[in-house]
Amino acid sequence: MTVKSTARARKKAAPGVPDTLRATGTDTQPELVQLLTPEGERIEHPDYPLTTTPDELRALYRDLVLVRRFDAEATALQRQGELGLWASLLGQEAAQVGSGRAMRTGDYAFPTYREHGVAWCRDVDPLNLLGMFRGVNHGGWDPNEKNFHLYTIVIGAQTLHATGYAMGITKDGADDAVIAYFGDGASSQGDVNEAFTFASVYNAPVVFFCQNNQWAISEPTTTQTKIPLYRRASGFGFPGVRVDGNDVLACLAVTRWALDHARSGNGPVLIEAFTYRMGAHTTSDDPTRYRPSEETEAWKAKDPITRLRALLEKEGLAEEEFFASIEAESEQLGLRVREGVRTMPDPDPTLIFDHVYAEPHTLVDEERAEYVEYAASFEAGENL
Amino acid sequence: MAAQLSIAKALNEALRKSLENDPKTLLMGEDIGKLGGVFRITDGLQKDFGDSRVIDSPLAESGIVGTAIGLALRGYRPVVEIQFDGFVYPAFDQIVSQLAKMHARALGHVKMPVTIRIPYAGGIGAVEHHSESHEAYFAHTAGLRVVSPSSAHDAHWMLRQAIESDDPVIFLEPKRRYWDKGEVGDAADLGLYDARIVRPGTDATLIAYGPMVKVCLEAAAAAEEDGRRLEVVDLRSLSPVDFAALEESVKRTGRGIVVHEAPVFLGMGAELAARLTERCFYHLEAPILRVGGYHAPYPPSRVEEAFLPDLDRVLDAVDRALAY
Repeated sequence: MTVKSTARARKKAAPGVPDTLRATGTDTQPELVQLLTPEGERIEHPDYPLTTTPDELRALYRDLVLVRRFDAEATALQRQGELGLWASLLGQEAAQVGSGRAMRTGDYAFPTYREHGVAWCRDVDPLNLLGMFRGVNHGGWDPNEKNFHLYTIVIGAQTLHATGYAMGITKDGADDAVIAYFGDGASSQGDVNEAFTFASVYNAPVVFFCQNNQWAISEPTTTQTKIPLYRRASGFGFPGVRVDGNDVLACLAVTRWALDHARSGNGPVLIEAFTYRMGAHTTSDDPTRYRPSEETEAWKAKDPITRLRALLEKEGLAEEEFFASIEAESEQLGLRVREGVRTMPDPDPTLIFDHVYAEPHTLVDEERAEYVEYAASFEAGENL
Repeated sequence: MAAQLSIAKALNEALRKSLENDPKTLLMGEDIGKLGGVFRITDGLQKDFGDSRVIDSPLAESGIVGTAIGLALRGYRPVVEIQFDGFVYPAFDQIVSQLAKMHARALGHVKMPVTIRIPYAGGIGAVEHHSESHEAYFAHTAGLRVVSPSSAHDAHWMLRQAIESDDPVIFLEPKRRYWDKGEVGDAADLGLYDARIVRPGTDATLIAYGPMVKVCLEAAAAAEEDGRRLEVVDLRSLSPVDFAALEESVKRTGRGIVVHEAPVFLGMGAELAARLTERCFYHLEAPILRVGGYHAPYPPSRVEEAFLPDLDRVLDAVDRALAY
């Protein structure tokens, strides 16, 4: 695996724009960066070399399996009525783990509401992600603790927050970078296009990581764009690259390149991770109404976990014992998530008033007092 | 300081002091650099503080506010300028759904010290979208603070207080008063959210803010010739509202009239009238009346005087209140 290089070395190595970025492609025949085939074969790419140790490959496998398990557990908890809603990442594990593991400690991620795998890589407690879906808060964690911002539901709004944060990094003269996650649907939003403009003209160190999972709820990518999404970048004056989003190694290599490109003062990069949402948009959705099952079946053959496991087995990098240990860890995670959700306390209703403002606000103070008095009247039996 | 300054210059000096006092404060907006803003409020600041602190932005209002949110997350204290009131709507989601809620969504872990300066309201003969009064949208949104000065002194000190606030503040600048002069004192004499009695009186209370304070003062002066002593309260802050000061005044005079440029229907006046009625009912000699714009798009400038409350419309409301 590539050794940790110094900032100076990174600057020296600041890469140019690889030839592949000038290539054109269509959605039906995507020209994408791939380092690991669906059959589990390692392949080389001239622009995105990646060396990996067996330990690192096993660690990536562990990430993929545990993230999938967490997601499956959350979906099940929604079906059991423990969560009000869940946005599953099934099928997108490689895009999230590959890009998430490309980040350094000082880098910052701005997610949508589906980046559970990125949160995992940022060491955010998975239970934190469930508060919003259970209805006990709107996020709740401290974004600055792990450099992982709150989930953002309004499509694309966070790409501007990411860009502003990246502008701040430049002002600080820091050696960090930012990733803004969004989907193919968000590429149509004004905010995403404004973020591209701001990032480009201010040379902000931000990587726009678009997970093109082919469907924006029921709308196919063809409703959002007539050109491959990664090519949008050229109109804004920065490089775009399409990567096999089900290939964790390619996602890792390309994102690492893009983050280094950005942190070296070369401005933003757009990565289109070409992937597929295997499940529903959220648990409220019914993809059988709009999506042919043959398409889903075809994507199943590109599964990110199966192909990495095939590589590990083929190259003799992991024994059955390893896979069993990951399975056991996965069971433990499932248990922890189940218990954690079921014992997650409802907030005190006065939470409504707690953080509306950072400083006192007379109206909020009055309404809190009214509420407290009203609630206390039930305890005193006045309203019974 | 204690100098006679126009409101525009008082704002300029406030921005200058804020930039001097805190290296994390920065300004962003369209044309605020070399041009100094279309109203010259940022005149000379880029020259003195550089283009990394006084930043000309792309022409994208959502982008301006959205990136300010990111800068605030990184520890900066952005002060953004929206060029004209009607141009703020493209940034509406970023203001009401993102900026206003970030502190609550993070359970207090992050602060959003963002000030959004907007030259607002009419009376300067502008084309459409350049004369809007949208304060009710923002005051209606929890998480935002909304203020509007009416004098040079308040313009200066309220802006400095707004920039120092850890909450997002919508700072509405009454653009038709930019060139009015007044003395700017050496220190803030009131908290940012306190109302001010700008003219004491006994017969009725006129409640106004921003551009309408001057109209109400003129009305009070005219009414005095008829022997009517009107009290004028400058609200200054629209969220929160200093109801204690309003209540005290209205209870004393027994009559209240709210005057603003924005359409009356569901405007600030509706809220003020309702709350004052609840709190002052047994002291009132007349219903709280409202004077404001009509339920119509802001009109072409040749007829804007018919839309905007003027001295006579205020005095007419005073007559109605006193007739009860």
